[in-house]
Amino acid sequence: MTDGYVTADGRQIGPVVMEMKNITLRFGGVEAIKDISFDIRQGEIRAIIGPNGAGKSSMLNVISGFYVPQEGEVWYKGAPRPSMKPYEVAQQGIARTFQNIALFEGMSVLDNVMTGRLTNMKTGMFWQSIWKGKAEREETANREVAEKIIDFLEIQAIRKTPVSRLSYGLKKRVELARALAAEPSILLLDEPMAGMNVEEKEDMSRFILDVNDEFGTTIALIEHDMGVVMDLSDRVVVMDYGKKIGDGTPSEVRNNQDVIDAYLGVAHD
Amino acid sequence: MPEQLAFTIEVFLNGLMAGVLYALVALGFVLIYKASGIFNYAQGVMALFAALTLAGIIDGQVPFSHLINAILGTDIHHFGWHVPAFLAILLTMVVMIGLAYAVQRLVFRHLVGQEPIILFMATIGLAYFLEGVGDLMWGSDIKSMDVGLPQGLNTWIDDTTFNAFGYGFFIDNLDIVASIIAALLVIGLVMFAQYTKQGRAMRAVADDHQAALSVGVSLNFIWILVWSLAGFVALVAGIMWGTKSGVQFSLSLIALKALPVLMLGGFTSIPGAIVGGLIIGVGEKLFEFLIGAPFLGGATENWFAYMLALIFLVFRPQGLFGEKIIERV
Amino acid sequence: MLYRESGDFSSTYAEDSQTFPIKFDRYRYYFVLFIAIAVIPFMINDYWVNSLFLPFLIYAIAAIGLNILVGYCGQVSLGTGGFMAVGAYACYKFMTAFPEVSMLVHVLLSGLVTACVGVLFGLPSLRIKGFYLAVATLAAQFFLVWLFNRVPWFYNYSASGQISAPERTFFGIEITGPNTQAWATYLFCLMFVIFSAYVARNLTRGSVGRKWMAIRDMDIAAEIIGVSPLRAKLTAFAVSSFFIGISGALFFSVYLGAVEVGEVFGIQKSFLVLFMIIIGGLGSIFGSFAGAAFLVLLPVALKIVGVDWLGWPTDIVAHLQLVIVGGLIIIFLIAEPHGLAQLWRVAKEKLRLWPFPH
Repeated sequence: MTDGYVTADGRQIGPVVMEMKNITLRFGGVEAIKDISFDIRQGEIRAIIGPNGAGKSSMLNVISGFYVPQEGEVWYKGAPRPSMKPYEVAQQGIARTFQNIALFEGMSVLDNVMTGRLTNMKTGMFWQSIWKGKAEREETANREVAEKIIDFLEIQAIRKTPVSRLSYGLKKRVELARALAAEPSILLLDEPMAGMNVEEKEDMSRFILDVNDEFGTTIALIEHDMGVVMDLSDRVVVMDYGKKIGDGTPSEVRNNQDVIDAYLGVAHD
Repeated sequence: MPEQLAFTIEVFLNGLMAGVLYALVALGFVLIYKASGIFNYAQGVMALFAALTLAGIIDGQVPFSHLINAILGTDIHHFGWHVPAFLAILLTMVVMIGLAYAVQRLVFRHLVGQEPIILFMATIGLAYFLEGVGDLMWGSDIKSMDVGLPQGLNTWIDDTTFNAFGYGFFIDNLDIVASIIAALLVIGLVMFAQYTKQGRAMRAVADDHQAALSVGVSLNFIWILVWSLAGFVALVAGIMWGTKSGVQFSLSLIALKALPVLMLGGFTSIPGAIVGGLIIGVGEKLFEFLIGAPFLGGATENWFAYMLALIFLVFRPQGLFGEKIIERV
Repeated sequence: MLYRESGDFSSTYAEDSQTFPIKFDRYRYYFVLFIAIAVIPFMINDYWVNSLFLPFLIYAIAAIGLNILVGYCGQVSLGTGGFMAVGAYACYKFMTAFPEVSMLVHVLLSGLVTACVGVLFGLPSLRIKGFYLAVATLAAQFFLVWLFNRVPWFYNYSASGQISAPERTFFGIEITGPNTQAWATYLFCLMFVIFSAYVARNLTRGSVGRKWMAIRDMDIAAEIIGVSPLRAKLTAFAVSSFFIGISGALFFSVYLGAVEVGEVFGIQKSFLVLFMIIIGGLGSIFGSFAGAAFLVLLPVALKIVGVDWLGWPTDIVAHLQLVIVGGLIIIFLIAEPHGLAQLWRVAKEKLRLWPFPH
């Protein structure tokens, strides 16, 4: 295994941080994911694409620990990850956004972003109930990080607005802010641009590239918009009916006969 | 110990009878829940209200007489007539349909699309409201209810079991009649839901509001229908319990008995309500008889059903017959 | 013009996250606190304390506790009466077992005992959600009341089955028993109210509070971003039960003096406190106070109007009260699910712009 490569635009990609090894996931009799292996490297933007029902979201759910695969292992930072709860996965530095926005509707934008910092806030209940001192210092320190993310994503103006009042595009952005606030080592994005218009997509693409560029965050994303995927990602995994049918750089994948078949439609036997 | 065994069988049978009544109340819950997603805490108070109304009509009471007397300084109580039981039941049903209409129109039409827990709390409010209205309308004194149901010891069972076991079982005629009526009611409701046009529309609404709306089912009508049916079930339950132990506030507490039945049976399943009712009826009577009274100081019926349901739910959160919950993101 | 925030800027994050970021609010709060501590105690007599102030203060603590569980963590509980009973009986056992110890310690310990019981009954919340859980908490309600009724150890084998508070003191001042002073019981309860509100406010504005609210708003998403549902729910149950236990202990020892568990801590009590937070405002500390005040005042006001002025029989007024409370619950849930607290916020918003709203 070579340690990294250099992308077309000249960024240095590091070693493998996460690797799926022969993952199989079943719901009852249905195999949502069949024996899939791929890796994610430090600092790269990795896309997972495929037609509807290909098992992409299930794959992301396996990575974030929400589904437990019947077979296979997830390797993280060079060791197999023991079976763990989703919140333990999050504490290991894996943050994500959701296909259908999963913000906390009863809270303000700032509070939502601050929930992203929860894994870093360790002050006990006793000190929190007193507030002055330890708890307040921790709150302020984490608030500074959250505010930096808010500045970065240009949502300062809506900081104190309840999330339920925001437009769809802004909610998507707030969700990204919440994930970023955790300062994750891997960021999982489940269709970050679904349902957006062209301008919003451009904004979101810019943010994703900036995040990768500025914080060096490794990103794995699912997206349907092929143009976006080809422009953004360094390497692409293609899934169809739970199987991996292609893996490589955008141009490699584009010329892969199986992938073309899957998208243009060839009779499945 | 054959005598102990005979006692146990008797307790078992009595539990079965009580279970039928629990199932009946639980059925009212299931009907509303399936069609509208509302968990109707007020079902028990509806039974109380129906029983109060029925007793009041039979007796020829003037509604709100106490309030009228207090405000106007008059002294009226009765119209001075007695309404035959059958007619009174019909009149009460009209009142219950009116109530269903009012509830749908004034309360739940404004709460469409709210979270289930908000709807639940609204029905608690409704329960208080109805209890107050019932008391204001008919007074809060204990009323007796007599619509001609047979009561007292069933001598045939007493004799037969005495000959067979050397110990006569005490089983109340009223319980037997109640069980039969409840069974008929359940069969009738299932037939209604399966084979009539309204029943099919009801099931469609239960499955998917939007889809039902799109094929021309009137949600408003179905919901009023469902609340009326629940009112009818409440009336039947009210008659049974009212005849058994008088029409009084404690009647509304049967709702509290029906809740664990639902947890056990699953909120959406009619067979679940029946089986759950029987399990809880038998379970609490047997537990009280075998463990509660001898070892725990008695009155375990107050909490046994809840504990059973609680423990059961921890292992099977969807209930006996409920569908498995698959969580998605 | 009366209520302004212009020129009132926060320049640090700490300043921005304080409880009353607006100066005017802050001063009003100090003013209310001053009245409550330094003025009211000199003006009240037994009637006022027993019919208004004590129930208000004690219910406010219970409402804060329940609001943490229901309003902040989204776990509906109908077991409040049962948990108040735990506080009351724990307090009774401590009072009779350690007569020399200050009441302050007894009440706090009762809260802790209740917190443990609350955690125990909160365990099913990990598997059971929504109104399934609400119904499951009824198990706590009925079981606990039955337990205190049937196990003589809890009421020290007294013949009546009741518990009654012996005379106990706090820094030498008598707090419980027949010979208490109005101002003493009032201040004693007020102390716990201030403590409860302070702790609840601090917990809900920090990371614990955000965990609770995350679980309330979307539990699956909360777990995936790193909140342990087990810890979040159980801490909510613990803190909530702690306050409810304190209120139960005060309700028994300071307010009533003698308690028959089924009558005082029955399911009606659970509903009453739930109604307080619905009317007051779910997820609001201020709402807990508003709701408690409202439902303590309502019966008194109705009695004055109905019985004393209009001369109606008391039972009619009692029934009317049921109708009004039930109706209000429905109206609030339809029109203003965030309760009086939201009305207050809206009023402030309007006032901020008055008299030039455009």
